[in-house]
Amino acid sequence: MEASAEDRNAFYHVLSRKITALILVVSFFPLILTTGILFYRFNQTYTEKIQAHISELVQKHTQNIDSFLSEKLGNIRYLAQQFDGTQQASDIFLQKNLKLLKTEYGDVFTDLGLVNENGIQFEYEGPFRFKNADYSGAEWFLKAMGKPFYISDVFAGLRGHPHFIIAVKVKSNGSDYILRSTINFGAFNSLVENIQIGKTGLAFLVNSKGELQTQTRVGLKESIISSMLDRSCYKNNETIFAKKQDASGNKFLCVTSMLKNIDWIMVFRQDIKDAFHDLWKIQILTLVIFILCCVAILAVAFVLPRNIVKLISKSDKKSEVMNKQVVESGKLATIGELAAGIAHEINNPVAIMVEEAGWIEDLLEEEDLKECENLNEFTRALRQINTQGKRCKEITHKLLSFARKTDSTVNDVQVNDAIREIVSLSAQMARYNKVIIETSLDESIPYIRISPSELQQVILNFFNNAIDAMEKTGGTIKVETKVSKIEKNHVVILIEDNGPGIPKDNLNRIFDPFFTTKAVGKGTGLGLSICYGIIQKMGGTIDVHSQVGVGTKFRIWIPFQDAIIEKKRLRKN
Amino acid sequence: MKKIKLLLVDDEKPFLDTITKRLEKRELDVSAVYNGKEALVELENNTSIEVIILDVKMPGMDGIETLEEIKKKFPLVEVIMLTGHATVETAIDGMKVGAFDYLMKPCDIDVLVTKVEEAATKKRRHDEKIMEARMKEITGRMV
Repeated sequence: MEASAEDRNAFYHVLSRKITALILVVSFFPLILTTGILFYRFNQTYTEKIQAHISELVQKHTQNIDSFLSEKLGNIRYLAQQFDGTQQASDIFLQKNLKLLKTEYGDVFTDLGLVNENGIQFEYEGPFRFKNADYSGAEWFLKAMGKPFYISDVFAGLRGHPHFIIAVKVKSNGSDYILRSTINFGAFNSLVENIQIGKTGLAFLVNSKGELQTQTRVGLKESIISSMLDRSCYKNNETIFAKKQDASGNKFLCVTSMLKNIDWIMVFRQDIKDAFHDLWKIQILTLVIFILCCVAILAVAFVLPRNIVKLISKSDKKSEVMNKQVVESGKLATIGELAAGIAHEINNPVAIMVEEAGWIEDLLEEEDLKECENLNEFTRALRQINTQGKRCKEITHKLLSFARKTDSTVNDVQVNDAIREIVSLSAQMARYNKVIIETSLDESIPYIRISPSELQQVILNFFNNAIDAMEKTGGTIKVETKVSKIEKNHVVILIEDNGPGIPKDNLNRIFDPFFTTKAVGKGTGLGLSICYGIIQKMGGTIDVHSQVGVGTKFRIWIPFQDAIIEKKRLRKN
Repeated sequence: MKKIKLLLVDDEKPFLDTITKRLEKRELDVSAVYNGKEALVELENNTSIEVIILDVKMPGMDGIETLEEIKKKFPLVEVIMLTGHATVETAIDGMKVGAFDYLMKPCDIDVLVTKVEEAATKKRRHDEKIMEARMKEITGRMV
């Protein structure tokens, strides 16, 4: 029994583990797969989107700057074509045109100047006093002289703060002049500075030497700038997207694009952390949801099987009890059949014996034997044989009638008859134990539609228990039947003994299966449990009152409503 | 009163022998056979048999089968069923088929004799009525 209990526990353990494993596999596999795929896909798409967005932004701004520059260049070139080269009118020309430009474009053009081929600015119009300034040594002048037009890098120059120059060569009267204009650096710078994404996103322009052409909000080290530039990459005005890492290990995005009009590069830089901030937020959210899912699954995977297994073990126990009951009733049936067989076998010899005794009795009637001195003894002995034979007959008949009924076919039963039958069966055993069975049966109780043999089994069980309990002391069992006053339409059977009683601790366990106080091997602990089951099946109830040293009283209520209804129906029919 | 002609049918030989002796002592004309087939043969040979005591449980042809056969061939013979075990249902079945009554083994000899006498009386009354009817028929024809 214990070994099998251990086996069963092991089985439950394995079962619970299997269910857990199954739940884990079935839940985690799709979860991980789905989350993984979605996560990866989303990541990819979002990254692409961000890259595209930044690239586009940079490209657009590059184009903006390009068009700004070409527009300004166009303006100056137009002016240059207007210039007729006469020195006398040049001051008026510049004055007029600068005014026109300022009204048209605002404060973009700072000044206008004319420089002759010797580098002397012979005519100037603007806020500074640069007339006759000598540019012959200036880099932009040298370069501008070699080309029809030139846009310079940003430099401090004579005025001492950053600016750049658009210079257009003018040929007039056989000599070259240069019409130059300074572009307001502030206006130009704002074009680039407007590119702001996130907290760390910033854009700037760099010339071919890697020198910064615009102001940035954050001071950038030369090395950082140069590290961002890889000149070999810039072809065909493509926008190049790259992820780089600076010296301090800070990862950042670097988007570069070349300007068409001038050998400058637009650079956009943003920390990856910042650029993908939204993505990371979503990633963290996903992760949190994923972890929550995992926790939920784990909880279910470990709690659910335990509960299921608990239920299974409970139902197993129940079915075990049921099995025991079936076995028990099967046993009773077998015993009944056996009893019937034995009773029949004994019946025949007893019949013969009684007949033989009768025959001798007949013979004793004859004249010649009447004088025998032991005649009285003979007669007495024969009568005794007859009496005992009849007793045998009674016993076998009772056994047979009991055995015949060990089935659960439902019948209209007179409870009193069933009880009487059991009382007469138990009387002998009761007498051996000095127990008297008293009955007080109410003849007015109605018929009940139940299985008579089951009812007898129940009552017999109570009798046996009572007799066992009073084995040593002897006592009285009172059986009473009546129509219940407490429960409507119920017959109540009271079985009361004055035995040792049931201790309080045991009282609420007596109907539990396998609970027994009898010695090992004497009781199965199933009797009352089976009784309880049977009475419940009949729709009835049992209760018990017991006081140690005083006695025990069982009350069984069985409903008879059905029987009455049935009878009424029959009568109507 | 004429001696009642009785046929005992039971497979239990010692029982049969003793009860035969006891019944003979009580002024009955008893013959005994040990199974259903023999009973039918005996009935063919001896038409004067009035009452049969038939055991319900016998090897071969059992009581009920024998009873059915008897009632088919000799409807006027009265049969008392004797049941070895308390198969009251079988005995009642027997009553349905046409048995006069049933008794449970072991039974008191006096009760048995009384039952036999009752059966014989019934049988004789039947016979008389049939005779009367025939007489009437014959006399009627004569008139």
